[in-house]
Amino acid sequence: MTKRVPVVEKLLSANDRLAQENRARLDEAGVFAVNLMASPGAGKTSLIEQTLPRLTERLRVAVVDGDIATSIDADRAAQAGAVASVQINTGGECHLDAVMLHQALGQLDLGQIDLLLVENVGNLVCPATFALGTHKSVLIASVPEGDDKPYKYPGMYRGVDALVINKIDLLPYIPFDMDYFRRGVEALNPGLVTFPLSCKTGEGLDAWIEWLLHNLTPTTRPPDH
Amino acid sequence: MHELPITQSILEIALRHANGHRITDVYLVIGDLASVVDDSVQFYWEILTKDTPAEGSRLHFKRVPAELQCMNCARKFRFNGEGLVCPDCGSVGVKVLSGEEFYMEAIEVADRTEDDVGS
Ligand SMILES: Nc1nc2c(ncn2[C@@H]2O[C@H](COP(=O)(O)OP(=O)(O)OP(=O)(O)O)[C@@H](O)[C@H]2O)c(=O)[nH]1
Ligand SMILES: [Mg+2]
Ligand SMILES: [Zn+2]
Repeated sequence: MTKRVPVVEKLLSANDRLAQENRARLDEAGVFAVNLMASPGAGKTSLIEQTLPRLTERLRVAVVDGDIATSIDADRAAQAGAVASVQINTGGECHLDAVMLHQALGQLDLGQIDLLLVENVGNLVCPATFALGTHKSVLIASVPEGDDKPYKYPGMYRGVDALVINKIDLLPYIPFDMDYFRRGVEALNPGLVTFPLSCKTGEGLDAWIEWLLHNLTPTTRPPDH
Repeated sequence: MHELPITQSILEIALRHANGHRITDVYLVIGDLASVVDDSVQFYWEILTKDTPAEGSRLHFKRVPAELQCMNCARKFRFNGEGLVCPDCGSVGVKVLSGEEFYMEAIEVADRTEDDVGS
């Protein structure tokens, strides 16, 4: 004889619970955390390299780098002025999950950090499925990838809080219909804030930096309870 | 690509709800927009359940088709795997009616077995 037990629980509930724990830990320490997602080579590390020098006078910024095998990106972040950079070797996994971020947080002195930039593994499908506990999710698209990506990877565009459109210095050389691209984005994520910029020329970076600063203020304020 | 952590999560949820009873069946509901390959989950399930109360249990996948509705012309259509574009008017403004489900509905456990303790 068997008995049916109703469950009704999300399949990644364990990851989601741990993500909440990560969030609580970050909040308690007053760290604002951003999850940077993109396809391989879109410019995640370049954006981190451009962001760091523009903030390090005002803020202590740390970087967590998810990479399948190497520590190249974490080294680049340290070079660019991160107060700490942690390399998470995902052991072949194509995304970061809450467990990996949990381990990385254990290696950081959170009391000494204001902003945490998390570079997810280069991938346009899986990272969207796994919550980390960061405060904001940012997708970095880039001009050479093509203007059809919102239509092909809707899951990624639906779940993010901001969109960086990188490598706009290449617009004169590459067929990229910005209107077509933006229509797709608007349909999937109405009102999404976007930052067209170039990590090569520095154009457009100011607005991105302002957005980071604007969002970070509330959580990094000392708790007044 | 991420079926291993998903299968681990399925096992953790099932064992928690089984309360020590032997598990015979696990019922999953998965929408077609969730990128999960049933066969890979099945493969990992057989490995991960070894020596657990879920060993030998059957996984049931209830697949929910992705139903979309065009917000421009109100036409309802099924996701064709080609991006979310209305087949009538070509609009990308679509609403997802179903297809994002991703949960465990129920499990079936042995009512009384020699394994059961203190139930
Ligand atoms: N022209 C141009 N090239 C850029 C720009 N941003 C980045 N690149 C180049 O794009 C390549 C990839 O940049 P990365 O920052 O390493 O990309 P990533 O997303 O971190 O890559 P992975 O971590 O390997 O997935 C490098 O050769 C950069 O120099 C840009 O704005 N314009
Ligand atoms: Mg990188
Ligand atoms: Zn239509």
